[in-house]
Amino acid sequence: MEGHSTYQPKGKVAQWFESRLPIMGLMHSSAVAYPVPKNLNYMWTFGAILTFMLICQIVSGVVLAMHYVAYAPVSFARVEHIMRDVNYGWLIRYVHANGASMFFVAVYIHIFRGLYYGSYKAPREVLWILGVIIYLLMMATAFMGYVLPWGQMSFWGATVITNLFSAIPWIGETIVQWLWGGYSVGDPTLNRFFSLHYLLPFMIAGVVGLHIWALHHVGQNNPDGIDVKSVAKDTVPFTPYATIKDVFATVVFLIFFSWFIFYIPNYLGHSDNYIPANPLSTPAHIVPEWYFLPFYAILRSIPDKLGGVLAMFSAIAVLVFLPWLDTSKVRSAKYRPLYRQFFWIFVVVAVGLGYLGSQPAEGGYVIASRILTAYYFIHFLIILPLLGLVEKPKPMPPTIADAVLAKTAKASAGGAPVMAGAAAPETKG
Amino acid sequence: MAHTETQDTTTRRDFLYIATGAVGAVGVAGMVWPFVSQMQPDASVLALSTTEVDLSPIAEGQIVTVQWRGKPIFISHRTPEEIKAAENVDVASLRDPQPDSARVKQGKDQWLVVIGICTHLGCVPLGHQGEYHGWFCPCHGSVYDTSGRIRQGPAPLNLELPPYNFVSDTQIVIG
Repeated sequence: MEGHSTYQPKGKVAQWFESRLPIMGLMHSSAVAYPVPKNLNYMWTFGAILTFMLICQIVSGVVLAMHYVAYAPVSFARVEHIMRDVNYGWLIRYVHANGASMFFVAVYIHIFRGLYYGSYKAPREVLWILGVIIYLLMMATAFMGYVLPWGQMSFWGATVITNLFSAIPWIGETIVQWLWGGYSVGDPTLNRFFSLHYLLPFMIAGVVGLHIWALHHVGQNNPDGIDVKSVAKDTVPFTPYATIKDVFATVVFLIFFSWFIFYIPNYLGHSDNYIPANPLSTPAHIVPEWYFLPFYAILRSIPDKLGGVLAMFSAIAVLVFLPWLDTSKVRSAKYRPLYRQFFWIFVVVAVGLGYLGSQPAEGGYVIASRILTAYYFIHFLIILPLLGLVEKPKPMPPTIADAVLAKTAKASAGGAPVMAGAAAPETKG
Repeated sequence: MAHTETQDTTTRRDFLYIATGAVGAVGVAGMVWPFVSQMQPDASVLALSTTEVDLSPIAEGQIVTVQWRGKPIFISHRTPEEIKAAENVDVASLRDPQPDSARVKQGKDQWLVVIGICTHLGCVPLGHQGEYHGWFCPCHGSVYDTSGRIRQGPAPLNLELPPYNFVSDTQIVIG
C-alpha cells in the first residue's frame, strides 16, 4: 500500500530538482501522504520514539567522543573529566547512559506490541526479521558502550561476555584471544570496542532505514490485525494525524526519560562501575545492565558451559523463526482468546527471568530460572504452533472502518450522543 | 466535522498552537545550548589560563619564549640600543601606528612581552632577525622591530600584547 504521492513542487527550481532527484516526493509520500490505519493506538508511537532515541544516542555519543579517550590507563579519568570539567558534560553523559536504557524500554514495548498484535505475520516477516537484527545490533552496541568507562563492571562485563565465545569447542580459546587482542581484556580490547561502538549505531541507522522501507511497502499492522481494504475509508494521512500523535507520545516519553536524567541518573547503573577497572579482583556480585538480565538468567540456568551459551543465543534466534512458528492466521490477540492469555503469561515469564537474572545464582533462584527458561522455549516451540490449530478465533470486523465505527457506537451508547459520520477524529477548534 | 474558521477571528486553537510552539521552542533551545557549550574551553583548560614567569634568569639582550594558553609568549629583555631604536621611530610612518611606550609597562621599558604569533597567518616569528633586528617571520617574510611592530611584509598588525602585570620587579603574571 504505497501512498500514491500527488506531490507537485511549486517553484520552477523545485520542479527542476525534483525531476532529477525526487527526494521531496519521497519525503512527502512516506511522511505526509502515507496512509495510516485509523485504528492505531498509542502502542504504535514507539517506532517514532525509537527513531528519536537513536538520534539522541548518536548526537550525545558523538559529543562524548569529542572528550573521551580510549586508552586503558586514562579512560576512567577521562569519563570523570567529562563529568566534572566539560561544560554540561554531566548532562550529556547522563543523557547517553540513561538514553541506552530508555532505548531498550522503548524497544521492549515495541517488540511486545508486535508479539501481541501479530505484527510478524505475513506479509511482515522480513520487517520483523530486520527488527530482530536491529535488536541484536543494539545489544552489541550497548554492551561495548558499557565497557568504555573502564570501571569494574565494564572490565568484568567485558571479560564475562567475551568468554562466552570460549564455549565454542576446539577454537573457542583462539577466538577469545582474537577478540581481546591479548591474553586478557585490556587496552587493545578497549580500543576496538570504542571503534565498533562508534560504528554500530550507523549500521543500526541503515537497518532502521530498511525496516521503515519494508514497513511502508507492506503497510502498518493495526490493533485489529485486519488489512486495509480502502485507503479512503480505513486510513488517515500520516501528517497531521500520526505526526502529531508521535510528537505528543515522544514528549511524554521524554518526561519519563528526564526524570531519570535529572533525579535518579545512576539508578539503572551499578555503583561498582565508579571503581576503576582492576584486572586482579572481580566484584562480589556481578550483574549485566537490566536489559540483558533475562538472557543472563537463561545463560546461568543451564548447568553446562556450551549449553548455557547456546540457550542464551537461541532465546534471541528463536524470534527470527516466529513468523513460521505461530500457525494462526489471525494476527491480533484481540481476536485470539487463548493466545491473549498465553501472551500475558509469556510477559510474566520474561519479566520473571529478568528478576532472576539480577539475583545470585543459587538455591531456589536457579530452580526458578530453569522452569522459566524451559517455559520461554515451550512458548515459542510448542504452544504457538499448537495454538493456531486448536484455537477458535473470535469474529472479526470486515474492515478497519467497521472496527472503528463499532467502537464509536459502543462509546456513544453509554455516553454522549455522537454526530452521524463521526469517524474522522476531528473536534471543533 | 469541524467547520472552517474564518481567518479574521482568533480562535482558541490558534492560541494553543502558538503557546505549544513557544514552549517547544524554549525546550529545544534549552537542550541545544549544552550541546553548543560543551565545545567551549572546559574547566581544566580555564584552570591553565594564567602563567607566572620569573624574569630574573633572563639576561639583557635575550629573548625567552614561554607558553600561555597554548600560545608562545616572547619576553624580550631589551638592551638600551634596542629601546632607543624602538623609541626613535616616526610613529605616523608605521603601518599600525603605536609608540613604544604604549607597548611596555611604565618604568619597565627593558621588558617587552608580546604574543609570538605573526599577525599574518599565525606562524611563530624568529627573534633577533630581519632588517630591524626584532623578529622575522619565516613563513611569508613579515619583519617586526624591537618593539614587535610590523615594519615590512604582509602582516597587517603589530605583534599582540598579552594582558600581564608585574607582581614584583622580577616576576610577571600573564593572563
